Amino acid sequence: MLNLSSALEVATATHPGMVRSHNEDSIAADSEIGLAVLADGMGGYNAGEVASGIAVELIRTEVKKALVDRKPQDMNGTSVETLLAEHAERANAAIYQAAQSQPQYSGMGTTLVVAMWHDNKMSVGHIGDSRLYRLRGGTFEQVTRDHSLLQEQIDSGMITREQARHSQNKNLVTRAVGIDPTVEAEVHTYGVEQGDIYLLCSDGLSDMVSDEDIQLTLTSLHANLPLAAQQLVQQANDNGGRDNVSVILVRVARYYPAHTSWFEKLKSWFG
Amino acid sequence: MAKLILSLEGSVIREIALDKERVTIGRKPQNDVQIENLAVSGEHACIVTILNDSFLEDLGSTNGTLVNGNPIKKHILQNNDVIEIGKYKLKYIGEAPAAGQTPTEDFEKTMVMRAPKVASPRAFGDTQGASAQSSPGGVMTSPPKPAAPTTLAGPAHAAAAPPPPRPAQDVLLAAIQILTGPGVGKELELVKNLTTLGKPGVQVAVITRRPQGYFITHVEGAIFPVVNGKTLDSQAHPLNDHDVIELAGVKMEFFLKK
Repeated sequence: MLNLSSALEVATATHPGMVRSHNEDSIAADSEIGLAVLADGMGGYNAGEVASGIAVELIRTEVKKALVDRKPQDMNGTSVETLLAEHAERANAAIYQAAQSQPQYSGMGTTLVVAMWHDNKMSVGHIGDSRLYRLRGGTFEQVTRDHSLLQEQIDSGMITREQARHSQNKNLVTRAVGIDPTVEAEVHTYGVEQGDIYLLCSDGLSDMVSDEDIQLTLTSLHANLPLAAQQLVQQANDNGGRDNVSVILVRVARYYPAHTSWFEKLKSWFG
Repeated sequence: MAKLILSLEGSVIREIALDKERVTIGRKPQNDVQIENLAVSGEHACIVTILNDSFLEDLGSTNGTLVNGNPIKKHILQNNDVIEIGKYKLKYIGEAPAAGQTPTEDFEKTMVMRAPKVASPRAFGDTQGASAQSSPGGVMTSPPKPAAPTTLAGPAHAAAAPPPPRPAQDVLLAAIQILTGPGVGKELELVKNLTTLGKPGVQVAVITRRPQGYFITHVEGAIFPVVNGKTLDSQAHPLNDHDVIELAGVKMEFFLKK
């Protein structure tokens, strides 16, 4: 297993927001194995927290276990994508079973976004409207595409992005973990560049803070990632904080190739 | 439930509840809203309602459809929009949660929609397409939404509708003036929510504009910023009018523009 903690810088922040009494978001990040998981739970009483908690904890511990006996060379885009999709499926089964067997958890579910950095690449899987963004150079882009009614309406040309900002249907997801017996995560793999900053967030951030302000924050505060994470949460709350807000920031400080020839090793030292 | 108020030259004719997925407007009798006027086309326009959103579409009418004075082909209706068809006006009143409840709480909760697929892409543009859409009532799973109240008032809705993210505009404009060094006398207006000061890699601080006012926070470097002679810690520090900041060997004054 390749230790990525010297290549990846990670900062997290989560907050219940200004309206909700408890936080149904769950997050975990492990720079050693290059994994970040964020889930935004839903369901009555504390069921939302239970659902997001199961998803994040199961994926964090089980993915780590699965990686222990894997050689870095065996990790490629396809095998990591399979790993993420399988574990999303396992989280789905665990939440679904808990919801079926215990009446107080009936109908609980969660969104999920999980990213893994490996061999100068990043694989991301998601279900629902929790997002992954990337800041590369001066370009800030949303990498994942929401599984939501609003996104479907945008895709079908029914409404524009600008109109979507004013829509009342922001909170309807078309895919979630734990609602049905099976679920399919949407998984993709992308190349990574040194200096990239990745943001995983719940809709408590993306609904409350504009993309321009998120980009400004990341650009201004990239030298202090924990402050950037806090600042994003604070902006969501300053704008009303109507939902739980969670962020995970991952900065690629240097390259992390799986195949380390002496030359690549040298290059990454000076990179 | 959302509704339309039909009026002619200022006098209200009737109210139309948008209780169907597709409500048609036109001169012919088969329309849900029939307007017998020659300026109105046989099949003039329709309104498709999906959950809380209503979409207006002109069905290729001869004289067109206006919303708030502008001709439209397709339009997502906002509360208090005025639709004009010929000399007739239809005011759109959106759905409002009852006063006294905590609308935002339930309103904003994430909910999941299940298959069958809602809002098939073609259904909206297709005049025959109403049946292609599933009924919105059956697709929401837990947590159940509170029963939608039917009585409403304009202002109540305006308060409940989620406003788009807003910048902290209610805060006074402030600026920084350089007091020492080569840039002396230069002024920098703090027009953004975040403004960084200093030299990257050496010492950087950020001034944030918040609803409560302006704050300075250390970002990077071994040396922390000094405000009015006092060295800051890593916490955000509120800035007052005429505070003097020392950063990367440069003194500057923070002041509010009145």
